[in-house]
Amino acid sequence: MANTIPNRQVLCETLLELSKEDRDIMVLASDSRGSAAMAPFAKAYPERFVEVGIAEQNIVGISAGLAHSGKKPFVTSPACFLSMRSIEQIKVDVAYSGTNVKLIGISGGVSYGALGMSHHSVQDIAVARAIPGLAVILPADRHETKRMTEALVNHEGGVYVRIGRNPVEDVYDSDDNYEFVIGKAVTLRLGTDVTIIAAGETVRVALDAEAALREVGISARVLNMHTIKPLDEEAILRAARETGKIITVEEHSVHGGLGAAVAEVVVQHHPVPVRILGIPDEPAIAGKSSEVFAHYGISAANIKRIAREMLGR
Amino acid sequence: MTGRVISTETTALKTKAAQIRMDLLQMIYDAKTGHTGGSLSNTDILTALYYRVMKIDPANPKWGDRDRFIASKGHSVESLWCILADLGFFPKEELKTFSQFGTRLIGHPNNKVPGIEMNTGALGHGLAISVGMALAAKKDGRSYRVFCLMGDGEQAEGSVWEAAMAGAHYKLDNLIGIIDRNRLQISGSTEDVMGLDPLDEKWAAFGWHVVILDGNDIEALVEAFEAVPVAEGKPTLIMANTVKGKGVSFAENVPAWHHHVPNDEQLALALAELSAVLESHQRQEGQVR
Repeated sequence: MANTIPNRQVLCETLLELSKEDRDIMVLASDSRGSAAMAPFAKAYPERFVEVGIAEQNIVGISAGLAHSGKKPFVTSPACFLSMRSIEQIKVDVAYSGTNVKLIGISGGVSYGALGMSHHSVQDIAVARAIPGLAVILPADRHETKRMTEALVNHEGGVYVRIGRNPVEDVYDSDDNYEFVIGKAVTLRLGTDVTIIAAGETVRVALDAEAALREVGISARVLNMHTIKPLDEEAILRAARETGKIITVEEHSVHGGLGAAVAEVVVQHHPVPVRILGIPDEPAIAGKSSEVFAHYGISAANIKRIAREMLGR
Repeated sequence: MTGRVISTETTALKTKAAQIRMDLLQMIYDAKTGHTGGSLSNTDILTALYYRVMKIDPANPKWGDRDRFIASKGHSVESLWCILADLGFFPKEELKTFSQFGTRLIGHPNNKVPGIEMNTGALGHGLAISVGMALAAKKDGRSYRVFCLMGDGEQAEGSVWEAAMAGAHYKLDNLIGIIDRNRLQISGSTEDVMGLDPLDEKWAAFGWHVVILDGNDIEALVEAFEAVPVAEGKPTLIMANTVKGKGVSFAENVPAWHHHVPNDEQLALALAELSAVLESHQRQEGQVR
């Protein structure tokens, strides 16, 4: 049965649970408590919830001040605004000053679909991963979102997280059958012919591609690169050495995101062919995320086509 | 409201301010770089805060109940470095490394240095950070206050007003914004570059209790700071009317001194002027005692 629980709801439920023990957790919203699914938190812990209104620069600055005073602020604001409008506060007040702020970009990527480029966030990973000291994480499904949230509460330092708006198909069976470690990729399939590296909502697509490739006798490795920074270079280089070919797939511009991060490692340390699949350098077409994905070939069928082309079979 | 500052203390603070001005000019001269005008205009504000008003402990810079100071106009850091060194947050010798390769005493506040809370330098950031700190104090029932020094040119940054709204919304009467209102920015008069007046009315309209004073008058500054909070449930905005380049006759009110570095002759002249002021205050101190 299809999953109906969005990752943002899981984030809220997990923070509610952890806040029973940890009184320093705070949630901030920029008129976004509804879209962030944080209304239950605001209701349960009104003293630990801060509304700043539609002011993304302010939400990050205030969070930095709270963090400096010992709080663990979770900023929940649309990824499109949080990653662009307040990028200077992220760079200076969070990363440079070294404050323990968790920046949760909600409705990320092309989640807002038909609302157009103003509401798409497909440059956020490029921007965030260029900032020293800032970790960048995209959880793949609801189970990973839970594990990640627990890890975030125990992690000291600034992190940019991007989650989507709608429920995504499960990647994991449950949240208790694996360990989530920031900066450590998860090998979901141990293939040998080609490696598919994905993050966030494209991990499910990568798994579907692996199944489709298996049908034609191609053995694909699948890496869930939930942490894009710090990057698990060892997992990438192992894949390069052992499979010789890499396809990256992301809900992001083909410039500066997961593909670029992987290519930077491969090209310098173990050059093998890499294909980068993502949103081309254009204002993304409007439509539901599934339609936008299909339009740009972020699909199992297209990954299968690319893999066969790379392998010549 | 507390009583007026007794005159011996006022005079001692004035002496201190003159000494800090001399220190910062020497430091900028040695480094051949620095924001001279703004540091001279804010020296009296910082002297009042650091030597009289704020609860701080140089031996324990991270003391939980310390008052917080955020230099939102981070570029005028020279006076701050000289004061922190004078108070013993770090060795005074280190001032010689100001702006030199690999130093921690860079051209903006740097929290690798004891006594500095946050890295600033990008304008329009400090007040939001201060709101967060003041809000945390309220949440935790702590008594510390947060002082945030802004420039007047900085008031053109929209983020200042986002934070102003939040400070009033959350009734942060433990938050004190200070504007170093010297009416000059790098390109000329603030009113020519982007008109700010009536700046006091803008802050009042944003829900702040506004105090207008002479920002180079230490006695007035101390009195105003010690009276905070004047209005319960309201943050305070001190509109400190200052003179950019204060204390150095040929630098006063001259836009070029925003980041002009004195040459040999100018340094000698400036130090002579300031030491005359310093000596006159010292004589007064002696007489009062």
